[in-house]
Amino acid sequence: MIYDTVVIGGGPAGLAASIKAREEGLNVLLLDEKDYLGGILPQCIHPGFGLHYFKEDLTGPEFAHRLIEKLEDMGVEKRLTATVLDITVEGDKKKVKYVSPEGLESVATKSIIYASGARERHRFELGIVGDRVAGIFTAGEAQTLMDIYGVMPGKEVVIVGSGDVGLIMARRFALEGARVKAVVELMPYPGGLARNIVQCLQDFSIPLYLSHRVLEIRGRKRVEGVKIAKVDDNLESLPGTEFDMPCDTVIISAGLIPRIKLLKKLGVEMDANTGGPMVDENLETSISGIFVAGNALLINDLVDYVVEQGEIAALSAKKYVEGSLQPSRRIRIRAEGNLRFVVPQYVSGKRDVILYGRVKKPQEGAIFKFREIGEERRYPVVKPSEMFKIKLRVERIPSNIRELTLEVK
Amino acid sequence: MYKVIIIGAGISGMSIARELSKYENLKIIVVERKSDVGWGVSKANTALIHGGYDDDPDLYPVRAKLCARGNDIWRKWVKELQIPSVWNGALVIAKNDEEMKELEILLKRGERNGVNGMRIISKEELLKMEPNLSPDSQGALWIPSVGQIAPIPAVVALAENAVDNGVKIIFDSPVEKIKVKDGKVKGVRVSNGFIEGDIIINAAGLYADEISKMAGLDYFTIHPRKGEYWLFDDTAGPKPKHVLFPAPTKKTKGVVVTTEVSGHLMIGPNAKDQDDKEDLANTKEGLEEVWNKAKLIWPKLPPRSKVIRTFAGLRPETKKADFIIKAEEVYGFINVAGIRSPGLTAAPAIAMEVKEIIERDLGIKLKKKNKWKPYRKEITHFFMLSPQQIREKIRENNAYGKIVCKCNKVSEGDILEAIERMKKIGIKVPSIDSIKFRTKATTGTCQGSFCRVKIAVILAREYNIPLWKVTLKGRGSEIGVGDVKSLLREVEA
Ligand SMILES: Cc1cc2nc3c(=O)[nH]c(=O)nc-3n(C[C@H](O)[C@H](O)[C@H](O)COP(=O)(O)OP(=O)(O)OC[C@H]3O[C@@H](n4cnc5c(N)ncnc54)[C@H](O)[C@@H]3O)c2cc1C
Ligand SMILES: Cc1cc2nc3c(=O)[nH]c(=O)nc-3n(C[C@H](O)[C@H](O)[C@H](O)COP(=O)(O)OP(=O)(O)OC[C@H]3O[C@@H](n4cnc5c(N)ncnc54)[C@H](O)[C@@H]3O)c2cc1C
Repeated sequence: MIYDTVVIGGGPAGLAASIKAREEGLNVLLLDEKDYLGGILPQCIHPGFGLHYFKEDLTGPEFAHRLIEKLEDMGVEKRLTATVLDITVEGDKKKVKYVSPEGLESVATKSIIYASGARERHRFELGIVGDRVAGIFTAGEAQTLMDIYGVMPGKEVVIVGSGDVGLIMARRFALEGARVKAVVELMPYPGGLARNIVQCLQDFSIPLYLSHRVLEIRGRKRVEGVKIAKVDDNLESLPGTEFDMPCDTVIISAGLIPRIKLLKKLGVEMDANTGGPMVDENLETSISGIFVAGNALLINDLVDYVVEQGEIAALSAKKYVEGSLQPSRRIRIRAEGNLRFVVPQYVSGKRDVILYGRVKKPQEGAIFKFREIGEERRYPVVKPSEMFKIKLRVERIPSNIRELTLEVK
Repeated sequence: MYKVIIIGAGISGMSIARELSKYENLKIIVVERKSDVGWGVSKANTALIHGGYDDDPDLYPVRAKLCARGNDIWRKWVKELQIPSVWNGALVIAKNDEEMKELEILLKRGERNGVNGMRIISKEELLKMEPNLSPDSQGALWIPSVGQIAPIPAVVALAENAVDNGVKIIFDSPVEKIKVKDGKVKGVRVSNGFIEGDIIINAAGLYADEISKMAGLDYFTIHPRKGEYWLFDDTAGPKPKHVLFPAPTKKTKGVVVTTEVSGHLMIGPNAKDQDDKEDLANTKEGLEEVWNKAKLIWPKLPPRSKVIRTFAGLRPETKKADFIIKAEEVYGFINVAGIRSPGLTAAPAIAMEVKEIIERDLGIKLKKKNKWKPYRKEITHFFMLSPQQIREKIRENNAYGKIVCKCNKVSEGDILEAIERMKKIGIKVPSIDSIKFRTKATTGTCQGSFCRVKIAVILAREYNIPLWKVTLKGRGSEIGVGDVKSLLREVEA
């Protein structure tokens, strides 16, 4: 038996992809290594999910629940506690090898939707020196402890990183009676949304240290404190500005990295700027029939985009299975200026495409320009914390072009 | 029946315990202050089984005698005890004429110490063996006998085998006092009682001076000397095929570049003296020093974003810098102190030495057991199984089908085996590090951010304790402070 598509990962991207693929009549298998579906949503018990997709303000578990119910209703075939160990490609046929308590399986499929999410950066990657003791957690790890398993990780907390995840965790700790002593941010501006600065920090009187760096964690068995310093414009710590802050818990919330080990092993073309694979407008990777969605593709700030990508991947898989998917790696799109990345990295030039992107630094009066076609758009403010979407219209793309540069000035 | 108390469950103490477990007229107890074996000096080091060319027999006769001998015995022990090891040889690299001369000295010294197969190789041959070496390398000393082992798994293996042969280990029990009467040892006091003994072996690593003092022997002190390391992701390279040393200095063998037993590129250590025996912090200065020195021999270091961990260890140094292994004037007290590098290498030979001391200096005639068991089986590692074996294991117990650590492919079955063995050697305080060192879980690319909690959940279930009481690395390092509402309840009360 051959599946039309195997979806790897049962977070919102994988759930949405499975549902859409089933709706389109594909024969789908969904695999997730955890013993529950929803990816990281079940541990995000705060509201703020689904404003675009369901036009409602839901919590993470509520958002996941809606997708899971739909999936169950449609009778999508799934395996939980099923970890994908390997993918092999032989021409059009692909094999997915996974292990579960039922045994070691290898299933054949025509296409794959890879939706394995992201991992968190850890303190060693950030170069934080000092002791390696209890009380140091990544944000997601602390969130799992608190909101899946009901454990309080500590009493006096310092948070490294002011992205939305860090801000939400600061509030989460404060709500359970912990003292959040600082959110420390390397950049001169916060990494998270303005509404989260207000709702998660200011409302709880939690101090935000911009342009500061946690240099060192100290403690014998458990964290006893951190050493913090101010940084200059080059993000180098300024001598003489160091100070100690006692605490028993350090939360590392300094960015996510797409989890794409299996794709790397296959030799899929990667984008150093997103940390994910290079895709075209069908979200197809450099290996035909392998599609990517969600945080495995790029780090999204809203679950709504993640779901959208899952659906696009499913529609593409459907066309691929039918043999009607048009190869779309024709025009390479490059990011320049104050632009960190743009996805997809390739387009066909044959239809309108929504591009996702993120800027490097906040900027007022930003001009987005497609250099080769001279098209410009102005935005009053852009921030790294908010991914933007921009539409590239087919009629604006000259037929002979092979490369397009999107720059932000 | 003589009662033997070994203080310290490091590589020295556990090697001695295993060796002495061969004799039926010894009843052995190992007393350890931490919650698991191998968490002292034996935990963080370069993990090399040295050749034995480095120890000057005129200055350090004990080291010189025991290093090459230890290297020899390890080859047998790693097989009997199924300890992960590689025997890939080492190169000491010279960059100028002076260092080339130093190689000659090392070669002569090695020959004097009984090291086999060494020779000096040309630049050409060297760069063929290791094409990524710094091009200004002039030549090298090739020591084919150098190997690498997994140090904590080695201590664990020794402990399991020793316990299987009747040794008892008690954890979380720092020795506080030693009782001596009429010039003879009588036993040791630990926090929750007194343990009687006729022979006390002091293998307490960094604290061997304090233990010795407790027996009234105050002729040496131990000074900690820190060494720091960088460890890279298993995908990061280039990685050397052999262990690479710079030409040595008086203080250390220098910053090594190596591919450790699990296949990760590792660089370190530097050497910095300090006073504090508990300060294992990584420092910016120390790590920079290691980085810069490693770069001199291995210019193509991976980007720093590929670092998965930094760590540090403390060498237990004495002024004379030689091992102190002898029966003292207090009858029954044997010091195994100042076991700095190459202590890991020498450990099996140290154990033989202690056995000889007991016979020769304490005048005890040892009787061999009929049924001593030399073998110990390594736990199952999912990542080492063939598909056929995976299927069989899952049929036996479906926990082998649940992957807990995805980076290193560690299954719940592996972890349950580790827990069973932890309980068997007497571990009372469950910790994530105990699982880490036995299974490799948490040591991959994500450094445990996905699996630490899952491991804690399994430990809490198997040890029947609340989840928050599971520790990271022994008593005092609990992962939580209570249930999630505990702080709010405190405020209300
Ligand atoms: C603390 C926090 C707060 C957030 N707050 C908000 C918010 O307020 N609003 C909002 O819209 N978004 C929020 N998000 C973001 C949103 O949750 C994510 O963007 C979204 O969950 C990503 O979905 P995903 O499906 O790509 O990945 P995930 O949710 O991570 O799911 C990936 C799944 O794949 C599985 N998997 C991975 N590899 C394998 C394999 N080899 N075999 C089998 N299974 C595998 C994993 O177990 C996991 O279940 C937040 C995220 C965090 C961490
Ligand atoms: C940076 C560095 C690099 C090294 N590299 C190498 C190498 O490549 N090759 C090599 O051969 N050697 C190397 N060594 C040396 C080697 O690691 C040591 O010689 C060896 O591990 C010492 O083992 P031990 O059992 O004597 O001490 P430890 O492992 O410290 O064991 C002593 C034990 O005693 C316990 N203890 C202490 N006080 C008490 C008390 N009061 N009551 C009860 N228990 C107590 C401790 O908790 C500890 O578990 C290196 C060392 C360092 C630090």
